[in-house]
Amino acid sequence: MPRDTWLLFRHQLRLTLGGWFGLVFGVLQPVLNLVLFGPLLGTYLGHDSWQVFVPGVLIQLSLLSPGLAGFGILFDARFGVLERLRVTPASRLALLLGRVLTNTVVLLGQAVLVIAVGAAFGFRVPVAGLLIGLALLVPLAAGLAALSYAFALTLRRQELFAPLSSTFVVPMLLLSGALLPMSAAPGWLDAVSRATPFRYGVEALRAAFAGRYASGTLTAGLAVSVVFAVAALTIGTRTFTRRHS
Amino acid sequence: MDHVIEARGLAKSFAGADAVRGVDLTVRAGEIVGFLGPNGAGKTTTLRMLTTLLRPTAGTATVAGHDLIADPAGVRRRIGYVAQGGSTNPSCTALQELVLQARLYRTPDAPARSRDLLAEFDLADRPIGSMSGGQRRRLDIALGVVHRPAVVFLDEPTTGLDPQSRSALWDHVRRLRDRHGTTVFLTTHYLDEADALCDRVLIIDRGRVVEEGSPEELKARLGGDVVTLEISGDVPHARSALAGLASVREVRVTGRTLRLTVAPGDRILIELTRALDAAGVEPLSIQHTRPTLDDVFLALTDREAAARAA
Ligand SMILES: Nc1ncnc2c1ncn2[C@@H]1O[C@H](COP(=O)(O)OP(=O)(O)O)[C@@H](O)[C@H]1O
Ligand SMILES: [Mg+2]
Repeated sequence: MPRDTWLLFRHQLRLTLGGWFGLVFGVLQPVLNLVLFGPLLGTYLGHDSWQVFVPGVLIQLSLLSPGLAGFGILFDARFGVLERLRVTPASRLALLLGRVLTNTVVLLGQAVLVIAVGAAFGFRVPVAGLLIGLALLVPLAAGLAALSYAFALTLRRQELFAPLSSTFVVPMLLLSGALLPMSAAPGWLDAVSRATPFRYGVEALRAAFAGRYASGTLTAGLAVSVVFAVAALTIGTRTFTRRHS
Repeated sequence: MDHVIEARGLAKSFAGADAVRGVDLTVRAGEIVGFLGPNGAGKTTTLRMLTTLLRPTAGTATVAGHDLIADPAGVRRRIGYVAQGGSTNPSCTALQELVLQARLYRTPDAPARSRDLLAEFDLADRPIGSMSGGQRRRLDIALGVVHRPAVVFLDEPTTGLDPQSRSALWDHVRRLRDRHGTTVFLTTHYLDEADALCDRVLIIDRGRVVEEGSPEELKARLGGDVVTLEISGDVPHARSALAGLASVREVRVTGRTLRLTVAPGDRILIELTRALDAAGVEPLSIQHTRPTLDDVFLALTDREAAARAA
């Protein structure tokens, strides 16, 4: 199983990196957000606006990139690649995990790029905080990608996948407080926001980047991310293996 | 192990609709067997069950020595499957797909094996999106046999290909069996394909195997030979002279032309001309044609329709 996962990961990763077009456009929106929206935010939040905004953009990236991962498997299903792989002895779990691993690694690459662009604008982060922050993105991205694959294989309709996924991902993004801090929200909105895992991700990321490693916020964020990943991967693998018995 | 595929009562229904209704099959090692039937007959569904992709609603099967239900992983290791709609990512190159496939089967020296297959199937390592339909189909088959399976399942291997690509592909399929002893189980809705390629043909219609035999046997049993005669004189008289012969099964008359369905045999023309001589009838022309599988198919569907009407 680990060997098959590794083989499929390498194959998928090479394909993804070969398709530079998709890769660049995947990261373009968050970077544009940073460039066109970030400076404006400075007027409201003062000089440390980048410290608030860069973690938000990273969460935006983590929602958009793995959240639409399922699109790729529908493409493979349409071309018969998925069925071909299913007749090989490769473990069913590896067929899913190889892809999830690719999405996670690609996301980490994109995140580093976003941080580099942020640094050019004056965003500063301690090395330990950076590493903790990137580690925090891993379970969020992996869990979301697994859910996205499960959803795509249940839906099986390429033309419906993107609109339906956006209907889920965009509210998650707004509720996470990634773009504007939830501290300004009315009570009910704050409560709804606290029911979504990405809210904790954003806050933990901000804590890590600010060097507040001992804070409860960081611990809570890591715990929520890991619980989310375990639940999502369980649902993902169940759906995947059931559809692929 | 002489029987590579042995299926009993294989059936599949989708939401109450029966796609396959109790198929029995036996395929021996080294055979090329054709599953012939019109669209919607249940060919793909049967193949997807035999290749572990679909769980049968009923029935049992042993494929390449492993039980389909109890040991699907064992079946997968020993079979190859080439799906009807293709199996490759257009943005990959041929070699990328072959090497991945070879590694997933743990084939020793995957890159070398992949390059051998490119040569064997007359392919270059190009992006798959830039390949012709025939090249892509050959790559599909190469992917299905990377691991030298005991049996390869081909679902409509030549549908949509031009005549040259079709006959090139047939050569490759024959070579798989002749050189490597691979058992081939293919589906087709082309009678000429079954005729050209298969040692044995199973005809499937509405989810059931309705006839089985070598192409020759089927033609002899169901088609019969056809003799077309043109008569100058008394047509009804000629008709009654010929209809009485033991080897004549059926006579149809259109104008001055008699179309006879006869038992296959080399002496049939001599017999017919003698009978016409004795009756004092002069034939203007006489033509003897061997049946095609098309005739078999028509005869079968006529028979089925008659059985349903009764
Ligand atoms: N996944 C499915 N869901 C519902 N019906 C199906 C499905 N697959 C096939 N069928 C039906 O089963 C019958 C046999 O289909 P198929 O095996 O694809 O035929 P063939 O390959 O001989 O053209 C058809 O009536 C088809 O509509
Ligand atoms: Mg079919």
